Amino acid sequence: MIRYIIRRVLFLIPVLIGVAFCVFTLLYLTPGDPARMILGDMATEGAIQEFRAKEGLDKPFLLQFGHYIYKAVTQGDIGRSYITKRPVMHEIMTVFPATLKLSAFAIVVAILIGLPCGILSAIKQYSIFDTITMIFAMVGLSMPVFWLGLLLILYFSVYLRWLPSSGFDTFKAMILPSLALSAQSISMITRMTRSSMLEVVRADYIRTARSKGQKESVVIWIHALHNALIPVVTLCGLQFGHLLAGAILTESIFAIPGVGRLMVESIKMRDYPMVQGGVLFVAVAFSVVNLLVDLVYAYIDPRIKAQYK
Amino acid sequence: MDANTQNNLLLEIQDLTIQYITDAGTVHAVENLNLHLGHGETLGFVGETGAGKTTTALGIMRLIPSPPGVVKSGKIIFEGQNLLEKSEPEMRAIRGGKIAMIFQDPMTSLNPVMTVDKQIAEMIKLHKNVGEAESLKLAGDMLELVGIRRERMHDYPHQFSGGMKQRVVIAIALACDPGLLIADEPTTALDVTIQAQVLELMKKLKQQFDASMILITHDLGIVADICDKVAIMYAGRVVEYADKRALYSNPVHPYTIGLFNSVPDLDDDKEALNVIPGLMPDPMDLPAGCTFHPRCTCAAEQCSKTKPAMIDVGNGHFAACPIRAKALGAA
Amino acid sequence: MSNVADTIHDAGTAYVRKKKRGALAEVLFRLRKSPLAMFGLCVILLLIFVAIFADLLAPYPYQKQNLAHMFETPSKQFLLGTDEFGRDILSRLIYGARISLQVGFIAVGIALVVGGMLGAVAGYYSGWIDNGIMRVMDVLLSIPQTLLAIAIAAALGPGLFNLMIAVGISAVPNYARIVRGSVLSIREMEFIEAARAVGSSDLRIILKHIIPNSMAPIIVQSTLGVASAILNAAGLSFIGLGIQPPYPEWGAMLSGGRQYIRDYPHLTLYPGLVIMFTILALNFLGDGLRDALDPKLKR
Repeated sequence: MIRYIIRRVLFLIPVLIGVAFCVFTLLYLTPGDPARMILGDMATEGAIQEFRAKEGLDKPFLLQFGHYIYKAVTQGDIGRSYITKRPVMHEIMTVFPATLKLSAFAIVVAILIGLPCGILSAIKQYSIFDTITMIFAMVGLSMPVFWLGLLLILYFSVYLRWLPSSGFDTFKAMILPSLALSAQSISMITRMTRSSMLEVVRADYIRTARSKGQKESVVIWIHALHNALIPVVTLCGLQFGHLLAGAILTESIFAIPGVGRLMVESIKMRDYPMVQGGVLFVAVAFSVVNLLVDLVYAYIDPRIKAQYK
Repeated sequence: MDANTQNNLLLEIQDLTIQYITDAGTVHAVENLNLHLGHGETLGFVGETGAGKTTTALGIMRLIPSPPGVVKSGKIIFEGQNLLEKSEPEMRAIRGGKIAMIFQDPMTSLNPVMTVDKQIAEMIKLHKNVGEAESLKLAGDMLELVGIRRERMHDYPHQFSGGMKQRVVIAIALACDPGLLIADEPTTALDVTIQAQVLELMKKLKQQFDASMILITHDLGIVADICDKVAIMYAGRVVEYADKRALYSNPVHPYTIGLFNSVPDLDDDKEALNVIPGLMPDPMDLPAGCTFHPRCTCAAEQCSKTKPAMIDVGNGHFAACPIRAKALGAA
Repeated sequence: MSNVADTIHDAGTAYVRKKKRGALAEVLFRLRKSPLAMFGLCVILLLIFVAIFADLLAPYPYQKQNLAHMFETPSKQFLLGTDEFGRDILSRLIYGARISLQVGFIAVGIALVVGGMLGAVAGYYSGWIDNGIMRVMDVLLSIPQTLLAIAIAAALGPGLFNLMIAVGISAVPNYARIVRGSVLSIREMEFIEAARAVGSSDLRIILKHIIPNSMAPIIVQSTLGVASAILNAAGLSFIGLGIQPPYPEWGAMLSGGRQYIRDYPHLTLYPGLVIMFTILALNFLGDGLRDALDPKLKR
């Protein structure tokens, strides 16, 4: 098991370097001279030249990339904001907890609703419950996050005045954003759980369990569910990553001070190092979450665990 | 049927008809099937893929997936009681406890996320009044009985080879000493050398547990090796039923004869195999009369009109072919 | 020997022929049995019709401002009301169909061509080419798709064309993986072996044999992909990275109406509904196609 973990962690390194490369290249290709952006329009040509030399901006692309990686790894420095002039990492770390809280809350909501709905749908395939759940899941899947967020605000904040439309400090304030953000994940988890259950229920080993004279409830809840959950766990991990990305839209609608809103503001002000830093940060968080999910996956699926004993 | 055989009777299937009703049409999987099996006997159940053998077996276990499967008519009398009239809880006590089944593909018949001892113990706990620890100990005993070392009892199925997995499946099936064992092509998915070992094991354990067995197969060699009686199935119907010896020395139904002829013979130096011409009919659209008549070399006009009944051609040798029975002077 | 083989062969083909309709007819036949998929297909066809004939169907030009009629609720004159500049919302939605469908289809087209080629090459040649391509795809997959689109769009700047590129490129890894997967499974089949034996070139084998045989998963993924492309594009426009005003992209309309939501919710309600129904229709169609094309479900 230890070997498996080490292997997976080592495998993460080239992926992260690759992500950093993509992000760096995109920033490099973005129009605008970073030196001028940081120093401002009033800076003299000499000052700009000096700054370029100091920051290594006159070096070839690959050297610059090496420098970027070096600074990122040794100092956690992924650039400086054009607007606030503060380090990007610092700015992100101040707002990241809010994003993490929102995403974590949303994935919990998604699992708590999606899993039971999917299981019941599969057990009662073709029932009215199944049909309604599946239509709802499809609607949830087709609903733009930002529109759902606006609708929720319209109904619960403006019309009913039950819940606040912005902020993220109280439990009440967390309800609407989490609901809006988790809608797609609820749908995905419901659909995946259902189809996975339906597939597993037809498996030969389920027939074996029945041929032992086992009760149908035990067949479903012990034999089928454990097997059906294996792909669902992977999906939940992937969804958590997408929630981190989806939070960008949700945060901007509910005015939550998180990485997403920071990025949207930065995009509006063309603060590119901030945007790219945010992308890099979320991508790293996504990869780490996926790594954790893979470890859980190995734990619940003995076939994987055994390969790395 | 005399009183003696009547007393000895373990399982009798009367007029069993099972259909799968789908959007595309009704599949006539089993049609008016009759069978009987005595205590301690082994019945070989032979036929091509799709002839309805597995459906019959699942029918006995009352495990036909429904929908789409429907038992249309018939009786399955096991130890004097009709299984089709049993309630689901009564049936659960019979499944595993009195009738156990071995499935075709050992690769997929074991739960991949459960250790094998737990899978055997599950069966034991369901049918014997024992606790957790005792059931696991008995599971270990069963594993040793089928030739797997006790140390391996906490392993997962994927850590075993195909033949070993089938041994585990056999251990599960025999764990509660069932009176009847149904083995659905237990060796088809295995290598030939492993096949022999597994068959040998089954033969031995069947004797040891004093069980009766229905062995589903399409391999006439296996039948010759372990069966007492043979039923030949074609397109959902039993076309011939006899003592192994009688059937092998004197096959009556044209389909049975065709089957025997299609087994390659080393002594006979011929270029081509003797193949039965044509294909098995679409089970959604069976021919009228005798389902075999479009492929039969001795079909007469009546064959396409009336369903042939089983005719006793002597000493409990039945065949569903009036033409051949007449030729043998038994009509 | 030969006549026995012929008998079997004849019987076999007769048996198959009886059941076989044309491949397309068969899929349509099975699609017809799913009412939701048919609903989806009808909605999509209607939208395409609306997009093509937007000039004829829209009651007003999309950019026509009418300051005497700002924020009007639906009426006979303006069926879905007017926005903050007094522009007719219905007309803008109709022209918006043109933009959204264009973005959806072209972005998927880009993703399909780039991803499909990469996947086909990776799957066909395997070895280090496969390894190289797929590791790059792994890297791209480790950035959530919405985020990747945002990053690319931020680098390229706003505009219709850049939006298509950003959304398209971000979806490339999905297609690469699907195509590679089906190529890998088809590559080992005997008819490919046979084609190679008679001396077909690699390109010919890929184009003539492998791609047609991996169509089913690609069609399904593309249908669902158009949905997610439209959704992504709307999201990008919503945060100001996609289409710029005054062009009536649905996401941009939502974004524009957002600040007036407390008093004039119809500005956000209708564009949102249109987006949802479009995505819903595409998803239903995609799901239906998956079931219709899945050989496992064939009897």
